[in-house]
Amino acid sequence: MTEILQQLINGLALGAIYGLIALGYTMVYGVLRFINFAHGDVFMLGAFAGYFLSPLVNRFLPAQSYLGAALVLVLAMAICAGIGVLIEFLAYRPLRRRPKLTVLITAIGVSLFLEYTGQHKSVFGAAPRKFPDLIPDTAWHFGGLVLNTNQVLVFVTTVLLLIALTFIVQKTKMGTAMRAVSFNEQAAALMGVNINSVISFTFGLGSALAGAGGILFAMNYASIDPLMGVQTGLKAFIAAVFGGIGNLPGAALGGLILGVVETFAGGIPGLSNYRDGIAFAILILILLIRPAGLLGKLQTEKV
Amino acid sequence: MHSGAKRLLLVAILVAAVVSHFSAQFNRYYLGVAIDIGINIILAVSLNLINGHTGQFSLGHAGFMAVGGYSTAKFTLTLQPLLPPWAQPLIFTAGLLLGGLTAAFAGLGVGVPTLRLRGDYLAIVTLGFGEIIRVFFQTTEAFGAATGLTGIPNWTNFGWAWGGAALTVFVVGCLVNSTYGRGFIAVHDDEVAAGATGINPVRYKVTAFVIGAFFAGIAGGLYAHHKQFLSPGGFDFMKSIDIVVMVILGGMGRTAGVIIAAVLLTILPEALRGFAEYRMILYSLLIIVLMIARPQGLFAFRRQKN
Repeated sequence: MTEILQQLINGLALGAIYGLIALGYTMVYGVLRFINFAHGDVFMLGAFAGYFLSPLVNRFLPAQSYLGAALVLVLAMAICAGIGVLIEFLAYRPLRRRPKLTVLITAIGVSLFLEYTGQHKSVFGAAPRKFPDLIPDTAWHFGGLVLNTNQVLVFVTTVLLLIALTFIVQKTKMGTAMRAVSFNEQAAALMGVNINSVISFTFGLGSALAGAGGILFAMNYASIDPLMGVQTGLKAFIAAVFGGIGNLPGAALGGLILGVVETFAGGIPGLSNYRDGIAFAILILILLIRPAGLLGKLQTEKV
Repeated sequence: MHSGAKRLLLVAILVAAVVSHFSAQFNRYYLGVAIDIGINIILAVSLNLINGHTGQFSLGHAGFMAVGGYSTAKFTLTLQPLLPPWAQPLIFTAGLLLGGLTAAFAGLGVGVPTLRLRGDYLAIVTLGFGEIIRVFFQTTEAFGAATGLTGIPNWTNFGWAWGGAALTVFVVGCLVNSTYGRGFIAVHDDEVAAGATGINPVRYKVTAFVIGAFFAGIAGGLYAHHKQFLSPGGFDFMKSIDIVVMVILGGMGRTAGVIIAAVLLTILPEALRGFAEYRMILYSLLIIVLMIARPQGLFAFRRQKN
């Protein structure tokens, strides 16, 4: 029983990170209707931003302080937001009126560009690096259960970010505009919504969440490398589809479920080798049984 | 037109066989690259049937190649010690056919459930299937698991590779230009309209998928007997992307362009060996710039008369 609960905690921690990244996929899909393949690499850049920011922040704040960690997190999120906006501006904006597949291939190109540039020896290098401990690592024991500070931090940060995101999307003017564009782009434009700035904002917001996900992931798994976003990004995308792409609570829910399922599968002896395949199997099943995802609504195609 | 195409095919296979006969006199390195080109032409032209002519977007071609490669290699490795040396071409032919058929079955298994999906969903599901196939080979002991299969006989020569390429171009070309094949292009142009005129889009998509997978399987078999070594890592997402880029660079649905692109993209990495560390960065930039500046492909000069 304790083991199952422990796996549940580990799975939820992983799932919360998947959820944060999945939100970015879902938001971009909501306004632009395409899969931003490079999103997983923004997540990777977030982790590296944290890696390089941490020594800088430690110059004027004591090492392993919560304030310092929060500062690193916020700065990394800001950097990722900037990168996301830049990617959209340079690579996707020229293709706004082109077929979806053209944009998808460009996104794959951007993703490969970030991965290979990151692997170049004068950028990050291909070898994995050890992520610094941003906060003091203590573990709490409840009976047989172990809960460490990093996991608690993942939950707390994720909940705070989700609250902030809900506020932005539901209450602010920009959030209303985002929802309007996602509902009907042309009508939104006719109502005076500036489509370009809404799309830039969406990319910035999604990338900031991916950056936060990168830092949280790095804190939990300690090792970062330029290809860390490939598998994690794909899985987060699967989480987004699972929850119903375009649906914000769905993305968070899909992430949590995927994280838990994957962690449990990893603990079953015969299945653990197939761990990386399981997410894809879930994706295929979901698309066959309920293509709109758990919380999504099926749209009929109009001719 | 068809008899002309058949004559061309015969000539191409004959030339490949003759060149192959004298291949001992060529530089081994150049010969190896030439065989790579032949195999890549098969891969690109078969993917072009799915992604180009039928307008679907598969990101899992390397998966089918892996299925074909592993089954062919397993077949020849099992039979080779049992049969006399003169039976080699027979084993190889049977092995390639088996590889192609297994891959075609895999294509059917993937295609039937997934081809109801469209566009980017299809892309991501085929990607997922490619990954599952790779994970399968990586964990199955009978196929060498993570270490891979070694000691595969070196049977793929110039004649096999280019003969296979000629056959692929011939079959795909004849298929697309046949009455039945018009259906692929109809599905490509407008699925809803095609469905309204009595063409079953899903059936055409599955057919394209199965035939594309068959040739990818054959390419996999040739690849296995060329490199003499198979590892699951060689069939990852990047390999699928490589083939997709050949199709895009050549122009979706333009067979001649796709062949040129397959040749260029095989030679280019060899020529750029000196700049190995910048090679992949340039490659990814090429994809982005190409999509922004010339999405119809580099070698698509005019629309085919279809």
